Amino acid sequence: MSILVYIDHFAGAGKPASWETLGKARELADTLGDSVIGLVIGHQVRPLAAEAITYGADRVLVADDPALATFQAHAYAAALKAAIAEAGPRIILAPATTGARDVAALAAGELGIGLAADCQDLALDGDHNLLAVRPVFSGNIIATEVFAQQPQMATVRGRSFPLPESDPARTGEIKDLVVDLAAVAGWEEVLGFETTQTGEVSVETANIIVSGGRGVKGPEGFEPLRELAQVLGAAVGASRAAVDAGWIPYPAQVGQTGKTVRPDLYVACGISGAIQHLAGMTNSKVIVAINKDKDAPIFNVAQYGIVGDLFEIVPALTRAFRARLGQ
Amino acid sequence: MKFVVCVKLTPDTEELNEVRPEDVGADDLGVTMVLNPWDEFAVEEALQLQERFEGETVAVTVGGEDATDALKRAVAMGIEETVLLSDPAFEGSDAWGTAHILAEAIKGLGEYGLILTGKQSVDGNSGLVAPGLAVKLGVPFVSQVARVVDLTDSSVTVVRALDEGRQTVRVKLPAVISVSKEINEPRYPNFMGIRKASRMKYPVMAAADLPGLDTGQIGVDAALVKWTDLHKPPARGGTCEFITGETTAALVAALVDKLVADKVV
Ligand SMILES: Cc1cc2nc3c(=O)[nH]c(=O)nc-3n(C[C@H](O)[C@H](O)[C@H](O)COP(=O)(O)OP(=O)(O)OC[C@H]3O[C@@H](n4cnc5c(N)ncnc54)[C@H](O)[C@@H]3O)c2cc1C
Repeated sequence: MSILVYIDHFAGAGKPASWETLGKARELADTLGDSVIGLVIGHQVRPLAAEAITYGADRVLVADDPALATFQAHAYAAALKAAIAEAGPRIILAPATTGARDVAALAAGELGIGLAADCQDLALDGDHNLLAVRPVFSGNIIATEVFAQQPQMATVRGRSFPLPESDPARTGEIKDLVVDLAAVAGWEEVLGFETTQTGEVSVETANIIVSGGRGVKGPEGFEPLRELAQVLGAAVGASRAAVDAGWIPYPAQVGQTGKTVRPDLYVACGISGAIQHLAGMTNSKVIVAINKDKDAPIFNVAQYGIVGDLFEIVPALTRAFRARLGQ
Repeated sequence: MKFVVCVKLTPDTEELNEVRPEDVGADDLGVTMVLNPWDEFAVEEALQLQERFEGETVAVTVGGEDATDALKRAVAMGIEETVLLSDPAFEGSDAWGTAHILAEAIKGLGEYGLILTGKQSVDGNSGLVAPGLAVKLGVPFVSQVARVVDLTDSSVTVVRALDEGRQTVRVKLPAVISVSKEINEPRYPNFMGIRKASRMKYPVMAAADLPGLDTGQIGVDAALVKWTDLHKPPARGGTCEFITGETTAALVAALVDKLVADKVV
């Protein structure tokens, strides 16, 4: 038996969530005595297959076709279906990136496979069935999804599992996967792509997030936060109030209608701690709140609080870290 | 063109944290229920598309009688027609089952062009009903739509927000799209709308009214996934430690010490 893992990638690089998921698949497979089969879809993506082996795959299926060069949900789902037919896995995992979530859902829907979306933990029951732990009610309740039959499929949130060690000495087999795209011909035509990557760290992958709310008072108010973020190698996040005001673009928004994040450190500056904001960040390991109002609800979820003016505290914090980290 | 919006009644986000795990699945969660906030964007987009391209708007929901409140809100915003899909046989359906029910109802609406949904529901959080619906209807699906660029009789061109950027993609119609919050600013219902919604009749359809329905695909027995062991997430450890200091420099130094000791920087 096997576990199939969909490897999502962009611009030639595997996404960290793909390798994290692969690492967990390796662990589950070792318990089950199964093999791990990776799936890479795209064009000129063979190097990723070799990399997947270093992260724990035993075999990698490669759907390499110029027609698959850019992401298309339906063509990629056709490839995933072909891989499922080829591998006959008992478990299928994919990272819960935007694209992979769609591909997983379309393939699972078409094949009538039960799918647990956006999981934060995976385990096995005594009968070797997958237990998929996921937040529901916007993080206010944790549920374990169980499956009625095999195969069992789950998408996994980034940073749910550690990045596995890459072992260049591992060996495995790389095999071409032929995908018939006739069934989805003419369904979906990609007309353009515009990157939103700013070169800044994204909140979803960051170890540290420095986040600003209405208290930063304007677009320029994010400058001191950016400086702190730069010293820490952190991403800059925001509350919806700051995003709605147009001070920072939407990809930075943390919360129920934004990103769900779980960094090691979340520094909330001038954020009151509305329940919809908390829904996106209370899984952070350590939360620091900086707020003028000692009664702000953000302090209820924070480990450390500073009551004060962020425009005084944040630059001082930047100086202190710069000194401490020897920059 | 017919614009169909799939909506759901969900807890008010202010009260999501009051939902008790043991009540999940019960008829009454003991909290205020509203139109799923993500669906407001879908309703708004259907209305804007109607203004831009002309057509009719329909809102569809699966749920108990109380789910009428979600339709009411949609009508108050401007949606013209509604379908409430309600039957004990529907209860306990998973995303694929719900998608099958919606698909069979939508097929009965006559010629449909574009189906819109919110990104996900604030209770189930899976975002699976929309792609499931596309699969059941055998039509294309695009998620995270941030803008509808163009609509013709045979295709829709949209901008989809992927993690690394924005992809412009054209799919053939009919199609299902789920919309992102960036797409618009949902309107507040005005007085006229609220009055219309309160006077409107909300037709109900049951399993027997859907000729194509396969009862083997719906309800709790057909569900491929089930929720178990529902519990509250562990409370965040203890109370907040307020850092104080004689000077700002001393205060931030104390915080830096703690964060370094906690090994998070
Ligand atoms: C359906 C729905 C979905 C939502 N989704 C989200 C979401 O995804 N993410 C999100 O964040 N919100 C979301 N919200 C909005 C949420 O309810 C709050 O309105 C929002 O989080 C408030 O942002 P804020 O904390 O920045 O602003 P405020 O609540 O206005 O708080 C500003 C804080 O800054 C402090 N402050 C002001 N000046 C200073 C200073 N100089 N130094 C230090 N502190 C200062 C104030 O004391 C205050 O606590 C949603 C709401 C709804 C209804």
